[in-house]
Amino acid sequence: MDFSEINIPILIASLIVTATPLILAALGELIAEKSGVLNLGVEGMMIIGAVSGFIIGVETGSALLGIIGSAVGGALLSFLFAFIVLVMKANQVASGLALTIFGLGIAALLGHPYTGIAPPQFQSFSLPVLEDIPIIGVMFFQHDFVVYFSILASIATWYFLKYSRRGLVLRSIGENHDVAHSLGYKVIATRFGSILFGGALAGLGGGYLSLVRVPQWTEGMTAGAGWIALALVVFSGWHPFRLILGAYIFGGITILQLNLQAIGVNINIAILSMAPYLATIIALVIISVSRIQGNKGAPGSLGVSFVKVT
Amino acid sequence: MRNLFKLIAIVPLLVFANIGYTADMKVGFIYIGPPGDHGWNYQHDVGRKAVDKAFGDKVETVFQENVPESADAERVMTQMALSGADMIFATSFGYMDPVLNVAKKFPKVKFEHATGYKTADNVSTYSARFYEGRSVIGHVAGKMTKSNKIGYVASFPIPEVVRGINSAYLAAKKANPNVEFKVIWIFTWYDPAKEADAAKTLISQGADVIMQHVDSSAIMTVAEEAGVYAFGQASDMSEFGPNAHLTAIINGWGPYYVKRVKQAMNGTWKGGEQTFDGIKSGMVVIGDMSDKIPDDVKKEAMAIADGIASGSMHSFTGPVNKQDGSPWLKAGETADMGTLLGMNFYVEGIEGDIPK
Repeated sequence: MDFSEINIPILIASLIVTATPLILAALGELIAEKSGVLNLGVEGMMIIGAVSGFIIGVETGSALLGIIGSAVGGALLSFLFAFIVLVMKANQVASGLALTIFGLGIAALLGHPYTGIAPPQFQSFSLPVLEDIPIIGVMFFQHDFVVYFSILASIATWYFLKYSRRGLVLRSIGENHDVAHSLGYKVIATRFGSILFGGALAGLGGGYLSLVRVPQWTEGMTAGAGWIALALVVFSGWHPFRLILGAYIFGGITILQLNLQAIGVNINIAILSMAPYLATIIALVIISVSRIQGNKGAPGSLGVSFVKVT
Repeated sequence: MRNLFKLIAIVPLLVFANIGYTADMKVGFIYIGPPGDHGWNYQHDVGRKAVDKAFGDKVETVFQENVPESADAERVMTQMALSGADMIFATSFGYMDPVLNVAKKFPKVKFEHATGYKTADNVSTYSARFYEGRSVIGHVAGKMTKSNKIGYVASFPIPEVVRGINSAYLAAKKANPNVEFKVIWIFTWYDPAKEADAAKTLISQGADVIMQHVDSSAIMTVAEEAGVYAFGQASDMSEFGPNAHLTAIINGWGPYYVKRVKQAMNGTWKGGEQTFDGIKSGMVVIGDMSDKIPDDVKKEAMAIADGIASGSMHSFTGPVNKQDGSPWLKAGETADMGTLLGMNFYVEGIEGDIPK
């Protein structure tokens, strides 16, 4: 057992890579839920993003177009969900679960001819000057642009929800859609937009898996990441920054436990394997409990269909 | 009345049509994942196609993919038996009890279960001595590593996987006394992202040859990117890593499937048999060797494969101690079947614990 074998800068860099798809998918879901829609189809939208991004990346030879394609793919699938729950007023929980199953199936079908193909290389988007700083450069400044995008998107989401008028409207629709409606706000249109945004980000998370993190297409490759993203939203108390923190704790412990196993540390491996889940939940619960007097963040109309009463 | 006549007129036609198209035998296969995984399931499907090719119109094969190791497996096999399958190959360990339950209900249907250990009058099992292949690639790994660190991504702590690690380690250690193994358990057969994370971790800790006992080709892709070596698992995976791919352990189920179907057709098939074949019978095949491997290493590796096939060599030949230093095999002694099938300990020199 030799702890010096663990390469800390690379550990930090890989935890960021591991956390990025989770941050993206969870951030999209956060917006959808803040507007009052519970979309359990994150896993399905992620895998559709993974496959559509991969196909477009391979066909066009451009990783950038691929990653854009993954967002479009995820958004398209979420369009279906939005139509079913907003226009047809179907039950959100059941529709979301169906969306996951549908997404997994259709992704397998679409991706079938693309197994065993290498996607175009993703240019890493190193930040000039900063990337040359020893150690810190490797950790933070030699990633691809999706990593930076995920952080910027979190900040933008936080600002949007907290300080912008539209963000306030979105939150009020999520809290009580009847009141918001009577004030003249467009409940259905706002929710439609939120769901599409959620789908695009979930798709982006999936595309990040198939184009950057693994990088290849294989059936069922999201393997439950969508569900972890869903849990992150709840445990972060619907707050973008706590969400990032949760995702980095999760990614960090995941990579750390792999590193500990590889140096042959004498800790029961079953405990190591469950550590990421446990640590993330404990950390986020503690943070949420410590600010219990304020709004816990769960939107009041979450999961309730909006039916217009004239 | 007119409808009745129509019906009467049609029925013989249907029967006739059915006779015309019925093969002598119908053989079903159930797979745990998609045949497009380029690994475990892909090779079972190659075996199924070998049956198609060998018997032509006489045998009809059907398959069902993505069958979970649960009550679903029972449902799928029952459905297959009801729709006329005479023989069913269940190709994953976890189908063990479902196979026995369904076999009880259909005593005339012949069942073949891969990698299990429970049999019945109409259930036989078959498995491959993959550890023989791991001796060969273990030797290659020991010779090819420059950092003397070999990474190993393992799935579940079951005897088959432990056997593979031990066998690979003994061969690598013999080829290169300075070699060190780093093992990561990820508790899944198939999760490309997790497999990729594990491989990246091993590489970041200095491993420059990665071995795997998980099903996807993610590790090969990661190895190619990082400029290290890896081995194909169950199938040749060189398309995922043209430079990284050294060779592969390929599962060759075809000859066995053809043999068993033939036996079923001519009435010599027996239940209760347990087949455990290796390189000799072609159930374990060493894939093409990369030109990155020096010629002398290639020769040595093939000599090991030939020696195991002819019986002059054995993957577990003493003197070998267990991890805690207690003696296991005396000089010249080879491992017995029981210990191999229930292997739950590391051999001396491997660090870390096997998860319990």
